[in-house]
Amino acid sequence: MSTTTHPILARQAPAHDNLLEVTGLHKHFPIRQGILFQRRIGAVRAVDGIDFSVGAGESLGLVGESGCGKSTTGRLITRLLEPTAGTITFDGEDITHTSVSGMRQARRNLQMIFQDPYSSLNPRHTVGTIIETPMKLNGVNPPQGLKRRAQELLETVGLNPEHYNRYPNEFSGGQRQRIGIARALALRPKLIVADEPVSALDVSIQAQVVNLLQDLQREFGIAFVFIAHDLAVVRHFSERVAVMYLGRIVEIADREALYALPRHPYTHALLSAVPEADPDLTGARERIRLAGDVPSPINPPSGCRFRTRCWKARDKCATEEPPLVRIPGNAEGHLTACHFPEEPTTAPRADVVLDPALAAMEETSTGTTGMPT
Amino acid sequence: MFRYLVRRLLAAALILLVISVITFFVFFALPSDPALLACGKTCSPARLAEIRHSLGLDRSTVVQFWEFFKGLFAGRDYGDQSVRIHCGAPCLGVSFQTDTPVLTTLLQNFPADLSLGLGAAAVFLVAGLGLGTLAAVRRGRATDKLAVGAALFGVSLQIYFVGLLLLYLFVDKWQLLPAAGYTPITQDPVAWFQGLLLPWATLVIVYLALYTRLTRSSMLEVFGEDYMRTARAKGLPAGRVVLKHGLRAAITPVVTIFGMDVGSLIGGSAVITESVFGINGIGKLAVNSVQNSDLPVILGTTLFAATFVVLANVVVDLVYGLVDPRVRLA
Amino acid sequence: MSQPTKESPESQPMEGSPESPHAQPRPLAVSTATPAFLDVRDLRVHFPTEDGVVRSVDGVSFTLDKGRTLGIVGESGSGKSVTSLALLGLHKGTRALVSGEVWLDGRELVALPEKEMRQLRGSTVSMIFQDPLSALHPFFTVGAQIAEAYRVHHQVSRKEANDRAVEMLQRVGIPQPRRRAKDYPHQFSGGMRQRAMIAMSLVCDPALLIADEPTTALDVTVQAQILDLIGDLQQEFGSAVVIITHDLGVVAGVADDILVMYGGRRIEYGTVRDVLKRPQHPYTWGLLQSMPHIAGDVDRRLNPIPGSPPSLINLPGGCAFHPRCPHKGQVPDGRCSLERPELVPVPGTAEHIAACHLVADIRGGENTRAAQ
Repeated sequence: MSTTTHPILARQAPAHDNLLEVTGLHKHFPIRQGILFQRRIGAVRAVDGIDFSVGAGESLGLVGESGCGKSTTGRLITRLLEPTAGTITFDGEDITHTSVSGMRQARRNLQMIFQDPYSSLNPRHTVGTIIETPMKLNGVNPPQGLKRRAQELLETVGLNPEHYNRYPNEFSGGQRQRIGIARALALRPKLIVADEPVSALDVSIQAQVVNLLQDLQREFGIAFVFIAHDLAVVRHFSERVAVMYLGRIVEIADREALYALPRHPYTHALLSAVPEADPDLTGARERIRLAGDVPSPINPPSGCRFRTRCWKARDKCATEEPPLVRIPGNAEGHLTACHFPEEPTTAPRADVVLDPALAAMEETSTGTTGMPT
Repeated sequence: MFRYLVRRLLAAALILLVISVITFFVFFALPSDPALLACGKTCSPARLAEIRHSLGLDRSTVVQFWEFFKGLFAGRDYGDQSVRIHCGAPCLGVSFQTDTPVLTTLLQNFPADLSLGLGAAAVFLVAGLGLGTLAAVRRGRATDKLAVGAALFGVSLQIYFVGLLLLYLFVDKWQLLPAAGYTPITQDPVAWFQGLLLPWATLVIVYLALYTRLTRSSMLEVFGEDYMRTARAKGLPAGRVVLKHGLRAAITPVVTIFGMDVGSLIGGSAVITESVFGINGIGKLAVNSVQNSDLPVILGTTLFAATFVVLANVVVDLVYGLVDPRVRLA
Repeated sequence: MSQPTKESPESQPMEGSPESPHAQPRPLAVSTATPAFLDVRDLRVHFPTEDGVVRSVDGVSFTLDKGRTLGIVGESGSGKSVTSLALLGLHKGTRALVSGEVWLDGRELVALPEKEMRQLRGSTVSMIFQDPLSALHPFFTVGAQIAEAYRVHHQVSRKEANDRAVEMLQRVGIPQPRRRAKDYPHQFSGGMRQRAMIAMSLVCDPALLIADEPTTALDVTVQAQILDLIGDLQQEFGSAVVIITHDLGVVAGVADDILVMYGGRRIEYGTVRDVLKRPQHPYTWGLLQSMPHIAGDVDRRLNPIPGSPPSLINLPGGCAFHPRCPHKGQVPDGRCSLERPELVPVPGTAEHIAACHLVADIRGGENTRAAQ
């Protein structure tokens, strides 16, 4: 199906060093039609051939816009979804097609934190029950007893242990997210997949939760797959960051390289679009305004998927899918899937304005709009 | 769209087949014996066997069902050398009691239900939408409380009570109307209208309550939608906001229930109304057939009613597709 | 249950004076004799509930001139969205109690009868909502909805209105506008829907455009397009724009002035540069400190504001922010919890005001830390 090589694996010499390894991962959601006799009329190619690995204690960030497949990837890793193709190796064990009961063992070490702290906690259970349940299900009997352990966990995540008997609706959004984190910590996991853990929270609360996760990562050496659409939050939390677009990874690198020396045009566009609360930065960054929205993952563009919105696209981009490789000028471990990569800088240059309405208005008003190439 | 319709109709036929199988086998699981009923008081075992044979009851249930099923498409012949009854192509069987083909009886009784059901439905739909909208707009105020209260009152009334009350008042006491009943519209339109006025009123009183409440709650839900705020932010007058933007969205759940109700009403579910006002409709036919263990008529009325309900479902889905552009029929 | 908050009886008259534009020189308006195009004075929106009065907006004032953009910033429950609805008079006919004055081009809107207010809505004042999928009617075509907004305020034929709708769709950058006008909202992508919403809000050439979290539901690259589009269209139409957002990054890019709200009140107000580069209120400062960035020191630990936003029914007494404030110890005699700080000018600027005892007392010395 995919001709991609697995350069990340090739790079990291002994494979068993990695806690999590994902190769050639695909998830296609079939689109069916019909009432009694359903037939398949297509598929949403949510994840379409991705490779990455996460070392013990490491944090990998997955960023991208809606439809890029980052959340699906998170659900595949934790096996809440069944992969269509590819392999997932966790802690030396192939869990690609492990059954639900078989996952119980792996899940002790592989936990997930969800975006919505309102719907991911059962409103009819007390906080204590919520945190104890994973321990009970896995037959874990902490020496200090379940209740004491749950209270310790509440304390760890910055909640009052005396609130053990309260219900989720008595807590604020940020506190609920802390309960979710305490639940994930209960089994002392080696890896936590955090799917947009702070995006539903107010700005002032986001930082509290990010700091908490960071402390836990350092204290307990937990590896993270941190999924978010907010590039600044991901940069802050993850040592390594992968940028996804329409089911593929288009660029992956250490955060220093990815944010300061990006090569893929899409990474450039994403970074340039991030609103920064500093009026001095407005003129100090490149300005790239794409046209339109992300295309549908049902029928992704041929070749390079970004080419329909890319200012550098040429014929080759439509016919040949660029491999995710280390291109000349990149540091070790910095992989980019692009035939015509950008210069490794985010310094200002002539604006790239592809949006027709913006281009038309800016052409007439200032005439400064220029399109390179 | 066409393919969708064809598929839906095939599915509908399948459902009807399943219903007829179930009716058939449930009938034979019951302890009553139609032959015994037909035999009368002076019944000898020989006579009973004879009747049983002539009705086809001496054969196995499966064979009987196959005969019935074949009759639907090919027609059937009944009786022996002395009496021969032919039952033409969509043959639903021949009544054990009257020896007339079931379909003939059904078609005779059908216009009454059609007049009764459609007439009442048109009134309670329009009035229900209007009252429900009014109640929603005046939420919490006297108009709303009055409408909701009246609705509750209407729901708690029973048809036989309302019907008899109306009959007593309008026909007996004040003598404003002739005795209620069904006269074919082709025969005498005025008598048709006068005769059905009270049955319509009865059904409307009972159903109106339901439709007022349904419209009100659906409307209140729509009032909370963001697009209603947008409509106001555009500067539309309050009336236009409610009637154009609100009602258009609130009507969909009402349409669904309405389709089902109309389907079952003209399929004979207004049986109490029929008997209160002495109208010979499908419902009354069905009740009589059960009392007489008249299998062909039971089957016929069941299938007839089911056909309307199933067809109403298809129509509702088609209408849904027209009302809500997000629904794609495929 | 419904106890009035501590400060309400005594502090009401006191707070009135600094908030009122008459008692204090209007902080931001260019100091010419002409009154500001939009002048909001002591706006209050209170909702009586069974649990007490929810003071969603409690004495908000600001001014805005044509061609300028004001960003109103706050977290959930800060009252920023309620403020925007009140400007449009959308609380008329509900149980909300609205008081204060909203002067728009010499007309006062709070006391304006609904009939006259209705004629202003969508024509003089229009609004862009947060989630375009739910804000557009699912059962009408996009073109019809835009044309309707035009026909309410203009005596034109159906065809003329449709042509106008197509023209607007073209201007906001929708490809094949004539064909897309016949599509329903669900057939548009998220960014295109917000463009359609913008087209609808601009169809009558409004003098004041209010955008309530216009890009929160959008992807980041689309957000950048839409924000630029609003900015460019503003240049073209010369409207005044109020943009409501929780994201300081968004205002930094598009606004001229910033009003920071907390607990239904304004706590800091000034030009974008002043507020973001020299934040004076500990809350504004805290918000900036708690945000991660895409450049600069990556190992910097985020500096969150402790605690959670307050309940609007029972605001903390004194300064509503004091339970979360790391600097309250610097103000003697527990004044932060007893006395509501007034909005006072920040030394060295004529147009920057903040409601903090520290600003009033220490007069900048301590607060320069915020510039770092």
